[in-house]
Amino acid sequence: MLKVESLAFGFPGRTIGRDVSFSLGDGEVMCVLGPNGGGKTTLFRTVLGLLAKHSGSIALEGQSIETLSRSEIAKLIGYVPQGHSGYFAYTVRDFVLMGRTAHLGIFSSPSKKDFDVADRALASLGMAQLAERPITEVSGGERQLALVARALAQEPRLLVLDEPTASLDFGNQVRVLERIAALARTGISILFSSHDPDHAFLCAQRALLLAEGRALEIGAPREVIRADTLQRLYGVSVQVLPLAGGGHTCLPAIGH
Amino acid sequence: MNSRALTYVLAAAALLGLTALAFAVGRYPVSLGEIVSLLAAKLTGSTHTLPANVETVVMQVRGPRVLAALVVGAALAAAGTAYQGMFRNPLVSPDILGVSTGAALGAVLGIFLSLNVLMIQLLAFAGGLAAVGLVYWIGSRLRGHDPLLALVLTGVVIGTLLGSVIALLKYLADPYNQLPAITYWLLGSLASISPRDLSVAAPLALLGLAPMLLLRWRMNLLALPDDEARALGVDTRKLRLVVIAAATLMTAAAVAVSGVIGWIGLLVPHAARMLVGPDFGRLLPLAMLLGAAFLLAVDTLCRTIATIEVPPGVLTALIGTPFFLWLFALSRRSW
Repeated sequence: MLKVESLAFGFPGRTIGRDVSFSLGDGEVMCVLGPNGGGKTTLFRTVLGLLAKHSGSIALEGQSIETLSRSEIAKLIGYVPQGHSGYFAYTVRDFVLMGRTAHLGIFSSPSKKDFDVADRALASLGMAQLAERPITEVSGGERQLALVARALAQEPRLLVLDEPTASLDFGNQVRVLERIAALARTGISILFSSHDPDHAFLCAQRALLLAEGRALEIGAPREVIRADTLQRLYGVSVQVLPLAGGGHTCLPAIGH
Repeated sequence: MNSRALTYVLAAAALLGLTALAFAVGRYPVSLGEIVSLLAAKLTGSTHTLPANVETVVMQVRGPRVLAALVVGAALAAAGTAYQGMFRNPLVSPDILGVSTGAALGAVLGIFLSLNVLMIQLLAFAGGLAAVGLVYWIGSRLRGHDPLLALVLTGVVIGTLLGSVIALLKYLADPYNQLPAITYWLLGSLASISPRDLSVAAPLALLGLAPMLLLRWRMNLLALPDDEARALGVDTRKLRLVVIAAATLMTAAAVAVSGVIGWIGLLVPHAARMLVGPDFGRLLPLAMLLGAAFLLAVDTLCRTIATIEVPPGVLTALIGTPFFLWLFALSRRSW
């Protein structure tokens, strides 16, 4: 689905990260962990073709990203950016409908089919009852889910979510992670970032540890998320504990 | 009928009523019956028995002026609607990229050089297009910034620069002959618009309107942050260029015949958005109806409240300021 090789990325005239290589198969979930300013968002924007890569290659289903138009990319990748509040007061349904843009002709408006896709995307996230509410008047968690619904309305093969759980309460965090796992089971590949290493244990097959723009480790969460790698990543001491029912969890060691 | 449909019907009815009123009132009052029978006669091609004065007043004096108010009001409101969406800011007016200042400089230069009316209008039109062209050219070369911010900031500084050139020309102009003409132009007026002015300005405004109508759904995407719109499949740079070109064409065509009439492009889209929400396809027709109605009402007041003509730019500000503050106080955080 997605293949990134020796990628160097950043802003014009300023390289943020280099030597990042990974690939993502159909239905695979990869969690990107790293400190603030470590280059997660910049990496995502580069993978989406929103920023020009500095060197290396990015291929979507075997096609180099530079050869694809914005609308071709939009049919392959859905993007869920970090929530933001400065939208005009579109209804949640109109907002989600914007996800259909790449499937519409340049002069077209959404058809019945597009409305159906948008409504299904909303319903799949339990948001159907919010369809007529202005996007400016729903809670931060609901807005985040509306962004996910909009990305789903794109009917993408790959979903890129930039800290989808940031600013969500515990319950909504779990709901988003559940959705991520459920979407992956339908064959959609998922690339998401998080501030909580446990999220990688919960729903990702692979974790990418990104520090100062370089991939510290890439691999199965239980292999790469260790006390020593977390220490290097965040500069704090953490215990990684096995759980009785299988799986692992991270526990910060405070006061030692 | 749902409330949204009712809004359009009421706006259209108000516009129709205002149009009839605008034909009727003035120094030579004409009754509604006379207007209707004259129009009926003109439409069917039959002869009528009305006084010749009535025909002159309706067809030659008030007709072009009423039409001009409708066209200019609708054009400024449409351009303002497009810009407020695109700049994601309800406080943006069509002037933000310098079209009015550029047009004003063109007109002032024309007056300063004692050119004829046609040349002054042509210079105003060209000045508006050139100013926005310059702003776009510079703004799109300031890389590494948010493209919208670069455009707005360039628009502000170029606008200030052009404004000081206007000030210089006013300072140098002949204070008895040219300066009053410049002042008059800068305040805007529909008093001396001829059918020929309209026959040029209206098609140009329509030409600007066409892409906005065609792209009405996609225009909504421009109201999202640039990254989001691009990730959804929009080539925002191209779409923005089309919208800027269309809005500039509409505004420049309007300003070239009417002078600078502020507030409409700022106030009307804002009011329309409060009535029908931000969806561009729903917003644009209502904004145009309201813009046409607002300028027609203002212009009718301008020629009737005093023995001298009041410049409409003054009246739009006098009405617009409190109205805008009232709207703002009414609205919740969302726009």
